[in-house]
Amino acid sequence: MSDTDAGPDANAASDGGGGWFEALPSDAADGNDIETESDDDATAAAAARIRDGTAPAPDDWPARAVESGFVDDADEYYDRLKAATTRATRDAVRERERADDAQLIHAVRAMDDCERVANELAERAVEWGGSLFDEVDPGIEGAREIAAREPESEVERRAISLAERAVELDGERAALAETIGRIAPAVAPNLTEMAESELAARLIALAGGLDPLAKKPSGTVQVLGAEDALFAHLSGRAPSPKHGIIYTHEFVRGTRPEDRGSAARALAGKLTLAARADHYAGERRERLHADLRERMATIRARADDGGTSDGADDEATTDGGTDDE
Amino acid sequence: MSDAALPDGVERREIDGTRRLATRGEPVYGEPTADGWRAWNPERSKLGGMLELGLETGLTGGETVLYLGAASGTTVSHVADFAGPTYAVEFAPRPARDLLDAAASRDRLFPLLKDARKPETYAHVVETDVDAIVQDVATRGQSDVAVRNAEFLADDGRLLLAIKARSEDVTADPETVFEGALDRLRETYEILETRRLDRYHEDHLGVVATPR
Ligand SMILES: C[S@@+](CC[C@H](N)C(=O)[O-])C[C@H]1O[C@@H](n2cnc3c(N)ncnc32)[C@H](O)[C@@H]1O
Repeated sequence: MSDTDAGPDANAASDGGGGWFEALPSDAADGNDIETESDDDATAAAAARIRDGTAPAPDDWPARAVESGFVDDADEYYDRLKAATTRATRDAVRERERADDAQLIHAVRAMDDCERVANELAERAVEWGGSLFDEVDPGIEGAREIAAREPESEVERRAISLAERAVELDGERAALAETIGRIAPAVAPNLTEMAESELAARLIALAGGLDPLAKKPSGTVQVLGAEDALFAHLSGRAPSPKHGIIYTHEFVRGTRPEDRGSAARALAGKLTLAARADHYAGERRERLHADLRERMATIRARADDGGTSDGADDEATTDGGTDDE
Repeated sequence: MSDAALPDGVERREIDGTRRLATRGEPVYGEPTADGWRAWNPERSKLGGMLELGLETGLTGGETVLYLGAASGTTVSHVADFAGPTYAVEFAPRPARDLLDAAASRDRLFPLLKDARKPETYAHVVETDVDAIVQDVATRGQSDVAVRNAEFLADDGRLLLAIKARSEDVTADPETVFEGALDRLRETYEILETRRLDRYHEDHLGVVATPR
């Protein structure tokens, strides 16, 4: 919503208290179906004026638009207004929702923190509980068992209380996962459909936002989350990693080891396109998802044929080196 | 039509075995339809409730409307079905996304992601002398919003306002809240009619007013 996309003309016009259509070219953006490049530009300019313009008071805009020659009649005026307000609102909605990628990043980081701390506390509580009570399971489950006990001494009260904290934090982790599941589809519909909420959120977090993610080459997306391995590779100490966090995706993990490099490359290619679609268009693109399914079917068919990996799929900066997981 | 208070384009139609308020257009929120008519559920729409309760809205059909607090377009889609040019103002992006869908099949419904407390941010878009302002913002300062937007309304136009008591003060008695809200309105408007909408919307007051 910055005034940068409105341009100086638009601001000049709004200062003068003009209508949204003033200071716009009058020869483009007919309300017809044939959307030429310049129609589209004109609608974009009008939409920017709708979003960023102001006027001290309303006026009889339809009449003024006809008088000024912007349109021939009121019908044409409303057709143009329809195109411009639709575009303006769609763009603004998208921009505001996209801003929520920051919230998604906070949520996924908080979820990881909760998980780590819950496990740490649970481990401590279980170790402590093991010295007080018999037979305690490890991890959060063990903490849950301890938390369900009645304390019979001050020390037991503390150990049980600690276990309760671990269980509560685990509950917070689950609540954060649910929240991520709700907001990820709004922030990045295509990415979320392809990767599931959690992986979509992690990719966005690793990249530092949807905008930077959309600008990364697919080879980078492929190894996001494997920065340590990549660094080791670049300093000549290790083979190049074939995948980062996207390893958690069923398409990679569920593919036989010799084809995982191809699968990771193909998946990263489509995830990159999905992130771009989400960032630049914000609409679901069925083709993307169908393409990925097809590509994966081809790669997995190799296993059935008993064939070998050819490794020559998409554009990628890494090659099928070793299998690291 | 038996019901004189209904605008042209709003009728009571037999849908799913009951006579219901209805308009003609593409369905928006999963409402039942029959022969191209879509049921207008007064429980989901304050304006629907006002029409159902027989308030004199002054709506006749074909008028120019400014709608404040359009949300996902439940009510404003019905309005656009019978009215003329309809400006729909909503400030929350999430419902505005659905509003875009509702507006897609209605070529004189104009969606605007704007704050109704700041009319100067859409005065360059919304025309002057609209025939009706329909307002359902359900946030604190509801009368204030109506007062600020009075500049759009024609001298003989109608303000059709729903006031939600709890949006102003959760603890106060609704009647007290309504009185305060009406007092503020009277600075700019003449109140023509008020009616509690409780049959459909608990602790809501329907108001019909015209500029002073
Ligand atoms: C009760 S809902 C409206 C329901 C809608 N009128 C209908 O019947 O379909 C209230 C809406 O007003 C919006 N709203 C609240 N304050 C607003 C403001 N200052 N400007 C614009 N919209 C506002 C809220 O975001 C919410 O969507």
